[in-house]
Amino acid sequence: MRIACPCCGDRSLDEFIYHGDATVTRPDYSMPSALDDFIAYTYERRNLAGDHQELWYHAAGCHAWLVVARNLTTHRVLNVSLARDVALARLDTAEGGA
Amino acid sequence: MASQRYSIFSVIKEALVGHTGWMPTWRDASPKADYDIIIIGGGGHGLATAYYLAKTFGLSRIAVVEKGWIGGGNVGRNTTIVRSNYMLPGNIPFYEQSLKLWEGLEQDINYNAMVSQRGVLNLYHSDAQRDAYARRGNALRLHGVDAELLDQAAVRKMLPFLNYENGRFPIHGGLLQRRGGTVRHDAVAWGYARAADQRGVDIIQNCEVTGFRRDGNRVTGIQTSRGFIGAKKIGMAVAGNSSRVATMAGLRLPIESHALQAFVSESIKPFIDGVVTFGAGHFYISQSDKGGLVFGGDIDGYNSYASRGNLPVVEDVCEGGMALMPRIGRVRLLRQWGGIMDMSMDGSPIIDHTPIDGLYINAGWCYGGFKATPASGLCFAHLIARDEPHPIATAYRLDRFRTGHAVDEKGQGPYPNLH
Repeated sequence: MRIACPCCGDRSLDEFIYHGDATVTRPDYSMPSALDDFIAYTYERRNLAGDHQELWYHAAGCHAWLVVARNLTTHRVLNVSLARDVALARLDTAEGGA
Repeated sequence: MASQRYSIFSVIKEALVGHTGWMPTWRDASPKADYDIIIIGGGGHGLATAYYLAKTFGLSRIAVVEKGWIGGGNVGRNTTIVRSNYMLPGNIPFYEQSLKLWEGLEQDINYNAMVSQRGVLNLYHSDAQRDAYARRGNALRLHGVDAELLDQAAVRKMLPFLNYENGRFPIHGGLLQRRGGTVRHDAVAWGYARAADQRGVDIIQNCEVTGFRRDGNRVTGIQTSRGFIGAKKIGMAVAGNSSRVATMAGLRLPIESHALQAFVSESIKPFIDGVVTFGAGHFYISQSDKGGLVFGGDIDGYNSYASRGNLPVVEDVCEGGMALMPRIGRVRLLRQWGGIMDMSMDGSPIIDHTPIDGLYINAGWCYGGFKATPASGLCFAHLIARDEPHPIATAYRLDRFRTGHAVDEKGQGPYPNLH
């Protein structure tokens, strides 16, 4: 498996560190449901066989945090984005919807 | 139910008649319309659960449903090590009970599982690691579990060919559990399947669960590739795929699925007596009775449902092996494979009720499920039969993360790929 870093190009897997499911987001602590939300955020994972959005850190390269879309049954990498861009897009959507 | 008792006399008798009288080891059952109890997953844990439900708790009308064939999952894909050298109070009594069940298993189920208590030796490579192992050994002995702290001279006597003078990771000694060892993994699946079958359990192969049927908050049966099967109680024992099955019941688990690789070399003459682990990396090795070196190391480190591994971990495992015992460098690798592990958020398993009435879960075994097979089966059977946890498995609650009672043997926190 290789990951095409947007900054460094196609790189070997052992340059990267894995940080799990990228779809979980830190909940709002001021909400009444905050306790349940934080437990789900910290411990519960969807973990299904299929396409998975996940965080990778390019530790032996440019130090960028990446969001990689990858199929868990084939290990095929479908898409790689900078985590910053994904977070900003998420923010835009949230504001747009508000 | 027709059954055949295995003994030296049955082997001699069959030898004289050209092995024409052996009967099938278990019936390949077809699903009935309904059962009292269905266990999903015909691996070691599921089959053991069905066996203890019938034997220890005297229950009947039990079925095990398996999507593939018996022994085709992780019970036939592991490195066959059994031991009970855990440190935390929630773990020690459970794993020690499991080791005791291993010790009497073959007589209990009348099946040769090749239980071999050849010893498990964990090496230490620094003063700090020696102190940590001394602490672990003391915790074990306080619970009545055997542990011996060996110095370098004692390890040298056992294994003279290790690389003691490695510049970075010199071997200072090891923590030895003599009662640990290996068990023939396929035989565990077959032996439990046969013993359960003889007590009337239906083992239904090629039967994949596709959904649950519910009446309010109570399960009433499972949809499968071979039709609907009704049940009063349903137990899930599908480690590796727990999240996929639990999702069908609307549950989200504190589990990620990861790939773990294992390796077998060509057969060589007797070389390593017991199980040896490298304390400065992650590498463990033993030698099978056929002569192959059986070894492994870390999980690949990222979510996977592909039963195969990647090359960086192959390299890491082989580097560990070469640092520990350089003479294996010219042994050729025969096979390498991967299995899917239920990596839980604290590295410990779950044996508990689910929020749905009549649905029970046995999951999260990380890469330590094989050694736990007998105790897991016994405790899961206890939970299903009596609706309360077995006294040695009370720590394995599904809600322990919510209540702050994680059982984190390694102290890593909620990062499944680091356990």
